[in-house]
Amino acid sequence: MTRFESYDATALRAAILAGELSAEQATRAALEAAESRGTALGAFLHVEGDAALARARALDARSRTDGEPGALFGVPVALKANMCLAGSPASCGSRILEGWRAPYDATFVERLLDAGAVPIGATNMDEFAMGSSCENSAFGVTRNPWDVSRTPGGSSGGSAAAVAAGIVPIALGSDTGGSVRQPAALCGTLGFKPTYGRVSRYGLIAYGSSLDQVSPFARSGRDLERVMGVISGADGRDSTCIEAPPLAIEPAPQDLTGLRVGVPAEYFPTDLDAGVRSAVEAGIDELRTLGAEVHEVRLPHTRYAIPTYYVVATAEASSNLARYDGVRYATRATGDGSLQGMIAATREAGFGDEVKLRILLGTYVLSSGYYDAWYGKASRVRTLIARDFETAFGEVDVIACPTSPSPAFALGEKTDDPVAMYLSDVMTVPASLAGLPAASVPCGALERDGRELPVGLQLIGAARDDAGVLGCARALQEARGPVAIAPMEGAAR
Amino acid sequence: MSATTWVPVIGLEVHCQLGTQTKLFCGCANRFGAEPNTLTCPVCTGQPGALPVLNQHAFDLALRAALALGCDIAPWSKFDRKNYFYCDLPKGYQISQYDRPYCSGGGITLASGKHVRLTRIHMEEDAGKAVHDAGNTTRVDLNRAGVPLIESVTEADMTSSEEAHAYLVALKEILQYAGVSDCDMEKGSLRCDVNISVHPEDEPWRTKVEIKNLNSFRNVSLAIEHEIGRQIAAYEAGAAIAQETRLFDPDRGETRTMRSKENEADYRYFPEPDLPPIPVDAALLERERGLLPEPAAERRARYRTELGLSEYDAGVLTSERGVADFFEAAVRASHDGTAKDLTNLITNELLAGLAGDEIEASTIAELPCKPHQLAELVALTQDGTITKKAARSVVREMMKTGRSPAELVRELGLEQVQDTGQIEAWCRSALEAKPQVIDAVRGGNDKAIGACMGAVMQASGGSANPEAVRDTLLRLIRESD
Ligand SMILES: [Zn+2]
Repeated sequence: MTRFESYDATALRAAILAGELSAEQATRAALEAAESRGTALGAFLHVEGDAALARARALDARSRTDGEPGALFGVPVALKANMCLAGSPASCGSRILEGWRAPYDATFVERLLDAGAVPIGATNMDEFAMGSSCENSAFGVTRNPWDVSRTPGGSSGGSAAAVAAGIVPIALGSDTGGSVRQPAALCGTLGFKPTYGRVSRYGLIAYGSSLDQVSPFARSGRDLERVMGVISGADGRDSTCIEAPPLAIEPAPQDLTGLRVGVPAEYFPTDLDAGVRSAVEAGIDELRTLGAEVHEVRLPHTRYAIPTYYVVATAEASSNLARYDGVRYATRATGDGSLQGMIAATREAGFGDEVKLRILLGTYVLSSGYYDAWYGKASRVRTLIARDFETAFGEVDVIACPTSPSPAFALGEKTDDPVAMYLSDVMTVPASLAGLPAASVPCGALERDGRELPVGLQLIGAARDDAGVLGCARALQEARGPVAIAPMEGAAR
Repeated sequence: MSATTWVPVIGLEVHCQLGTQTKLFCGCANRFGAEPNTLTCPVCTGQPGALPVLNQHAFDLALRAALALGCDIAPWSKFDRKNYFYCDLPKGYQISQYDRPYCSGGGITLASGKHVRLTRIHMEEDAGKAVHDAGNTTRVDLNRAGVPLIESVTEADMTSSEEAHAYLVALKEILQYAGVSDCDMEKGSLRCDVNISVHPEDEPWRTKVEIKNLNSFRNVSLAIEHEIGRQIAAYEAGAAIAQETRLFDPDRGETRTMRSKENEADYRYFPEPDLPPIPVDAALLERERGLLPEPAAERRARYRTELGLSEYDAGVLTSERGVADFFEAAVRASHDGTAKDLTNLITNELLAGLAGDEIEASTIAELPCKPHQLAELVALTQDGTITKKAARSVVREMMKTGRSPAELVRELGLEQVQDTGQIEAWCRSALEAKPQVIDAVRGGNDKAIGACMGAVMQASGGSANPEAVRDTLLRLIRESD
């Protein structure tokens, strides 16, 4: 491992601009790490070495002559496999999109490229982002670099593992109900889900359209801000994107003096993992040390969040995934030769069990006669959950709580129990339903089976207060010091 | 036992493509007849990750249609997803409007005085087109996928195929006049489904049947006639009518079962999460109201009262808005009292030419000759420069080239000969050739002069002023006493 691999994106860019290494060298190092550590972890589904090196060389060629270098100049990045980079595979971890290459660039990918970032490959994920452990990928599991017998979380587990293991300084994931914050917590990186609509979804392959947000992983608070500054901002290709300029790339550090931090009792249940509780409490103490005032807040509808989420998200997914019918793309199965037979056979062979389960759930809750009892009611409960937060943000500036009720769990531990798996999102789902910005920041560690496992503290902000949440996350990270690169415990070296 | 009087109950659902430049949710061209799958992009082919963005112009046109039909515009509406699988439906759902359509109410009063109420109109995207080959192959063309549609739904207010036909004619006229659509059934820009039931007079309504695949007004009439007959025959034979969807087979002139009620898809409508609700502000409504043209029925009345045209002429001129607009522009560029001459040139020459094969243009607006040129031509007949007959040959040239009438008249040598010496010479030789005409006229038969007039006009190649010829012939006969 070269010393540059411990650099965050901000430092790596500066080093490249200072001539300490070339963009090509940075990219080569990332590609080598993806090959070695990435393979050991199962972090990548696809590495685009030649394309990445070509991009890096082009950057090196123009760096001396062209104008202002981009905010991510020469920085290798990883993209979750549900993101469209023209010409590159984006399988969504599914057999049904195996071999499919995106015919266009996502808006946020276009912005990354314009900023000089170098995508090196597509990371593993739960199939169509449905899962919390990366075990639902059709192409194998991803392992947690702190303990390779454990899951990195999901669904963006591949991106989380790649950042935690120092393969890339930053990576993009997508967060629908916690799919970035939970793996960030379990892998000991920072992760940030923006306000719904802050980042264009054009080119993000949909799971739950009213919840999905492109969300970055990083190992520093300033990197989170930097990536968000690059990918955020209005986009004419996504009607749900907020009409607002991009966030600042290099905002001034936030002074937490007088910041009102709310702590909701609902997020500290009696059966909360003791190690998680004490690490999160230590994180909250850190905020206090930085000048924040801590208050108790109530979020009484929290307990309805998981069922509400699984109605709304699966309903949308059942419709979003209808396009995988074998007609235009996707792996086609013939079936009985009829059109309906071909569609059924294609979907039967192409989708994994969890995807089928959620399509069935979603189809059921939208069915005639059941709509009001399920989808209709879930939509109303969603409003109540959002109102809880509105009330709380009348009293506090940011809410602090655990990101995940437990640390990284063992591979296979919850695969037979979907409800247990769903409950691992219990602390991230409410902010998703309310469309709020939320970050996960490493706040300590606990020991399990002789190995150190990271714990994440979640910071939730009021709608559109992305800058506030990012500033607070950065202050906490900087106060705690650099984020350590995971040791790859248990991996064959 | 007296025969039962059966009352048909008919409602129509009409899909109409909006005449936008681009599709409803992407930038692809909205155009008929291109090579298959050339007017497509990631959005309208349903590529993973692509998202719809509403074409504001499509919404404006839909609003205009609603205003022209007297509908109530909803202060806000939203899009919903209608989920079903078919190979021509790229996303596996159609973006449509379910419980919050952009307008409701309104209707059309037919010429008979009958008012047909509209329930609602909603916007949606068109599907692509699946072509089933003779073999076992289906080909899909997605050029049409995402083309903007409005679907208007009537109350079941009609009771005969004639009323349904009259409604469709009136609807098409209103939509064409409002500039909303070309309503060309051959291109599929107007498509009609029929809901129909029959019941004995004084009894409640019975089961309704939906008929699809009606691609001409004639087929709508035929299908209704056939279906009324089928239902009455079934009831009279003691059978029941099933609630179902039937297809009209134009070759056999009958309907047959497409799917029964039990097999109706559950479309699982839910709000389209990719598109926020659409508010309608007062300024937009006002602007669209201002863009509404005078309706055809009002124009017809005005042509008769103000311009003195016959009902027939007024009807032909207003059959298409383009023709009426052309006519009115020509009238504005002309002196008073020329409306009938303009009408004759438009209906006898321009429209006949458009219907024929020689002219490339398919609408009057596409012709190279413009309304003001037609006005100039009529002015040339009025001041005696050319005959009306010559004007007809000129206008045929104008249609092809768009050249100015004065130029064509010169080039074709069609100016009327006003030279009295020349006319007199032609007249003398005509009378010499037919001396019997002189006797006949002297004997009181003025009509006999026609034989000589014909000869003179022929000698002049049609360029002699007929009145001058007539006067000269009469004078010469008098003088020959
Ligand atoms: Zn398109």
